[in-house]
This record gives sequence, C-alpha cells and structure tokens, in this order.
Amino acid sequence: MEQESSKANDPNPPSELVDATQAAPGSDASGHSRRVFLFNVALFLNGIVGTVLAIPIIGYLLGPALRKRSSQNAWIDLGAASDYPEGETRLASFRDPFSVPWDGQTAEVPCWVRRIRGNDFQVFAINCAHLGCPVRWFAQSQLFMCPCHGGVYYADGSRASGPPARGLFEYAHKVVDEKLMILAGKLPTLAAKNCGGPRLTQIQPTAATEASAAIASQKPGDDSWPA
Amino acid sequence: MAGMKQRMGDLYDWFERRLGLGEAITDAAEHPVPSKTSSWWYVFGSAAAVLFMLQIVTGILLALVYAPTAGEAWNSLQFLDHNIRLGWYLRALHGWGSDFMVAVVLIHLAQVFLFGAYKYPRELTWIVGVFLLLLTLGMAFTGQVLRFDQDAYWGLGIGVSIVSRIPWIGGALVDILLGGPILAGPTLSRFFALHVFVIPGILLALVALHLWMVLRLGINEWPMPGRLVSKKSYAAEYHKLTEKTGIPFVPDAAWKDAVFAAATILAVMACALWFGPFGPTGQPDPTIIQTAPKPDVAFLWIYAVLAYLPANLETPMMFIAPAVIILAMILLPLIFGEGEKHWSRRPMAVLMLIGVALTLGIFTRLGMYTPWSPIMDAWSKEPVPVAYLKDRTPVERAGAIVFENKQCRNCHSLGGEGGMRGPALDGIASRMTEDQMIRQVLQGGGNMPAFGNALSPAETTALVDFLETLRAGRVPAAIDASRNVAESPQPQPEKTIPPVQPER
Ligand code: FES
Repeated sequence: MEQESSKANDPNPPSELVDATQAAPGSDASGHSRRVFLFNVALFLNGIVGTVLAIPIIGYLLGPALRKRSSQNAWIDLGAASDYPEGETRLASFRDPFSVPWDGQTAEVPCWVRRIRGNDFQVFAINCAHLGCPVRWFAQSQLFMCPCHGGVYYADGSRASGPPARGLFEYAHKVVDEKLMILAGKLPTLAAKNCGGPRLTQIQPTAATEASAAIASQKPGDDSWPA
Repeated sequence: MAGMKQRMGDLYDWFERRLGLGEAITDAAEHPVPSKTSSWWYVFGSAAAVLFMLQIVTGILLALVYAPTAGEAWNSLQFLDHNIRLGWYLRALHGWGSDFMVAVVLIHLAQVFLFGAYKYPRELTWIVGVFLLLLTLGMAFTGQVLRFDQDAYWGLGIGVSIVSRIPWIGGALVDILLGGPILAGPTLSRFFALHVFVIPGILLALVALHLWMVLRLGINEWPMPGRLVSKKSYAAEYHKLTEKTGIPFVPDAAWKDAVFAAATILAVMACALWFGPFGPTGQPDPTIIQTAPKPDVAFLWIYAVLAYLPANLETPMMFIAPAVIILAMILLPLIFGEGEKHWSRRPMAVLMLIGVALTLGIFTRLGMYTPWSPIMDAWSKEPVPVAYLKDRTPVERAGAIVFENKQCRNCHSLGGEGGMRGPALDGIASRMTEDQMIRQVLQGGGNMPAFGNALSPAETTALVDFLETLRAGRVPAAIDASRNVAESPQPQPEKTIPPVQPER
C-alpha cells in the first residue's frame, strides 16, 4: 500500500527524461539552427557582460599596485633632534602614515637613527637589505647584525659582510624647527620602485668604509679567511 | 524489527530514486583492482585526503573564534589557547594536521614516483598531483601567516622580500601581496582570504579531479621488472590483469587504507596532545626586534638554501630553480610516459629520489640550528672559558674582555659556546700568525666585517695577544716563514734562494 503511494509520487524514471530531451531537436530541425544561432548570440552577450564585469574587479585587485608613487611616502616627525645624542645610533619608531585602525601594533614601524654630529643624520630602515629581517645595532663593535642569515653592516649602513648585496635602506630626512623628519611610509624592499627615498648615500666616508674599500681593491682571493 | 528494516529500505529507495547516487557510489567503491595493489604502499593518497578533511573540520572550528585582523589575531589565538575550552587542542590538531599532511603528500609523491605510477595513462593524474602538492604547501605557508606572531610577521617579510626581487613586476607584486604600503591589516586579511577561501576551494576541486581520474583509470598495478608500459597495449593488459586477479576495492583493498588513515589521525591526535599547539610566539609588533624569525618546518630548507647562496646567484636561483623544478615535475610523465615501471630497472629515478630526499633532509636539519646566524646575545651571555684565562698576562686578559665586548662571540665560538657563523677560535693561534690575525681583525674579509673602526690600537694589541694564546693542544703557534727570512740577520745571496712567496 505504502509502496504504491510512494511510486505515484515519484518523478519520471530517468530513462524517460532522456528520451524526451533526445526527441526534441529531431522533431523541429528547422528551428534548431535558429536556436543554435541564438545560443551563440547569448554566449557572445555573456562574453561582453563578463568583460565589463571583470575590468573593475581586476582594477580592485590591482588597486594597491596602482597607487601613485607620491602618495606612498609622507614626512613623519621623529621627535626633537636633540633627543638623539651625537655619535650614537638609536632605535626610534613611528606610526605608519597610511595605517588603518585595524593594523594594531603592526603599523608601528621601527628605524635606526644615527646622529653623526650637529644636523648630520642617517636614518636606516630596520629591514635587512637581504630579505627584510630586523637588524640590530651593536654600539661596541659599531655594527648592525641581522639575525636571519648573518648579514652585517657598518655604522654608516654600508654592507660589511654576509648575504646582503647592498647597504641598509635609508630614509630621506631633514631637520625642521629642531625636529627630525623622515620620508617614510612604504616597506623598503629591493624592488626599485619601492626605494622612495634616495639610494643609500654616504654622508662622509668613515674609517670602516675606507677599510672595506681597501679590501675591495685588493687582489681577489686575498681577502679570504686563511685556512 | 522487520517492519523497521522495511521502512529504512523504503526511505533509502525514496532518496535513491531522486538522487540516483547509490548505485554509482557502490560501483565505484567495489570496482575491481589488481589484487597486488592491496598493499601498505598504496595507502598514502587516501591518508592525505583524510588529513585534508581533518584540516577542513578543525579549520572551520578555529574560524569560529579566530579574529582575522592584524590588530587582534594574536590576541584571539591567546584567547583560544587559554580561555576557550579545548581551544588549544583544536589549534594543536590543525597545526599538527598540517605538518602531517605535507609529510604524507610528499611520501605519496615519492611512492608514486618510485612505482612509475605517473606513466601512461596516468600522466594527468600526476600533473594534477603536482598542483595539489603546491597548493598544500600554499596552505602551510598561508596558515603560518594566520598564526600572526613574530615569526609569522617576519617570515612573511622574508616572503615579500623574495617577491620584491622578481625583475620588472616585483614592486607591483609586493603591493598586491601586502594590500597596502606595509605588512599590516590588509595583508593579514588577504592571507585569510587565501587560506580560507581561495586555496581550499581550488584544492577541493583538484582533489575531486584527482580521485575521479584514479577511479576512471584504475589504481596503478604493482610494477613488475620487465613488464613495460606501452600506449598501444596498456589498456588491454590492465584490463586483463583486473579480470584475472581483480578484487573489489572496498573492502578487499580499502581496509588497509582505512587502518592507515585511522593510525595517521591517531598520530596527529597524539602529537597534538603531547606537544600542544605551535606558538604563537611573541606579538607581531615590529618594534620588538629581539627576534630570530624562523619559518615552519616545511619551509626550513628554503630558509637554509637562502643563507648559503652567494649574493650574485641568489636572485636568479630564487626564481629559476623553482620554475625549473615545477616544470620538470609537470613534464616528467609526458617525457617518460612509457617503459619500465619497476624501481630495480630505473636506477636513475631511485638515485634522484634519494638525492632529493637527502638534500631536503640536510637543509631542513641545517635550518633547525642555523649555523649561519649570529647568536645575538652570545657576547653578553657566554663567559670566556676559565681555562683560557689561566696564567695569562694582564694584556692577554684585557684582550679576552675586548673579545667579549666587541661581540666577536656572536659569530665565533670559544669552548663550544657562541655563534657558528665564523670559525671556532679555540686553536686559532695554531692556524694564523699574529700578522694575519691583525690584518683579519682590522680589515675583515671573507665573511667577516672589518673591525678597524671599532678597535683602538691598544684594544687590537690586547685582542690579538689573547688570540695568540689560543692554541690547539700541543700544536705550535703558526709562524710566518717569510718573516723569518726577512728578519734573518745575514741575507743570503739572491742567486741561491728563489723569491719567497709570502705565506697566506
Ligand atoms: S635577512 Fe638579513 S641576512 Fe638575510
């Protein structure tokens, strides 16, 4: 009894459905080619709609890369110049000028400020020029060391040893009304476009760079570690 | 009882009439497979699929609590660990499940390679598998980013720096990856979308495709030496084999898959219980720079390779090597689609597999103890061994202080303590003369920075005097032969002595 009623409710068995669909095109061959044409028109229409839809979506995705370069860095106040003792290198930090509220702590960007004398400053990015790890300053040996792969830099930011191919990234800076300002905002990386400020500029050659220059001018192979 | 059974049967019929899946599933489950494929070697693929399901379930459960914003992600992980009942366990399951999944996928790949299963007609199954491996690694990497701690922050920084080196489009790619000028809020949101929607979606689709092809083409038969694959006869031979020795996949072959899958999940649970969740390490606060970031275990080998590559090879190697490796894996079945499957007749394949496994293993091991990294606090933590100070002059002892104070210890070990970036200095006096040491200290060279700027003449003298006392056991101090000649009181006539090369 139950079975009969459930059978009555059942949709058509699949085989009948298949037969019905197969029968349709054959029964009206003249209409078929018209419908194929209409279907192709519809496909074409969808292609156009899809393209129109896709362009703004791609624009949205590429948005971050299409920002104007001028809007990627801003002058940031690092506090009174007198806060930085002459002849020392100190860690400072600033809130990224383009941060959003949900950045949390990640928008606090550290940097190394070296005051040579007077208003002669150098401000280095924290990121190692090799692969971006945070370099640490050692005042005793006058070196920046990187914890990741052992890159080392001299006090003036020039490369000393290890895998980095160049010196530390340096922010452009100026002293306005006794305040140290730097031009920052974008994560410094090796991509040329990202080097917003000037390339590493040596304010004055120091003994360390002279020493490394001396090494460079020596015969190749002369500076290897004697076994 | 009988009525109950009857009613269940009716219910099944009601659904089956509308779904029509039951028959197809039963057919697929019971399809005949060559009897020898019921082997413990053939269980890794299904284990990977089961682990993937575990990851989906635990991942969804974690997403119930996790806050995917840069400002709060770390806090929400702490909350999961400490305030949510069993939150730590779910995190541990997901973390260990991820490590197991990467491992099982790699083992599966090695087994398939060793058994020649990528050959005709399963080339595309292998190629899809290559993408499954890449996606699995993608999940592992993005997952590590979502554990938004110090390691994740700086680890992603390393990833971004690598991308920045891509010629021409590097800068734009970095911007798109970060979603903003720095690694911050929008960055984490992006990786959340990748880890939770994009990659798992593609992964699911490709897993389905992979499985479909396995069903359609049949499980790779057990390789026999001398049984060659040829495109002409393979289908018929495989058909004959399944007809002659075929057993239904479920249950005759699948029971081993089921046992292994259960054991794998049990192992994940044991690790989760025993070792607990990974991290989170320190807060993702870039101003806390006292950190030595390290990637998760699946990427340690890359970290190690990056430390060893010379600077001028780095950028090309970073992009060419992965492209070549992936391309080779994709082309493998298309080029070597026929012929011998058995490992005993494919010595090159076996050698390659061993070579790759050893390389990955060695670099991963190196990545665990990072001999190339300076130990940043060694100079203030490890005292100079007392034995090296006994019976020394005041100047030599002052040199030991200079040695500590100038952070030499961060890269050079004494008495087994200190960095391994440079050579250990116990016994240095037996290897280098005084002049060589002075030169090396002041001018640097090799992998050592010049210290000329950081040392006064008095400090240099003291330091080198101290180093001069470090001899290897009874080995005498290194001497400079040319210096003896130069300083000898009676210069010999030039004709009898050829010009002496200064010893290096
Ligand atoms: S990131 Fe600094 S040496 Fe590699």
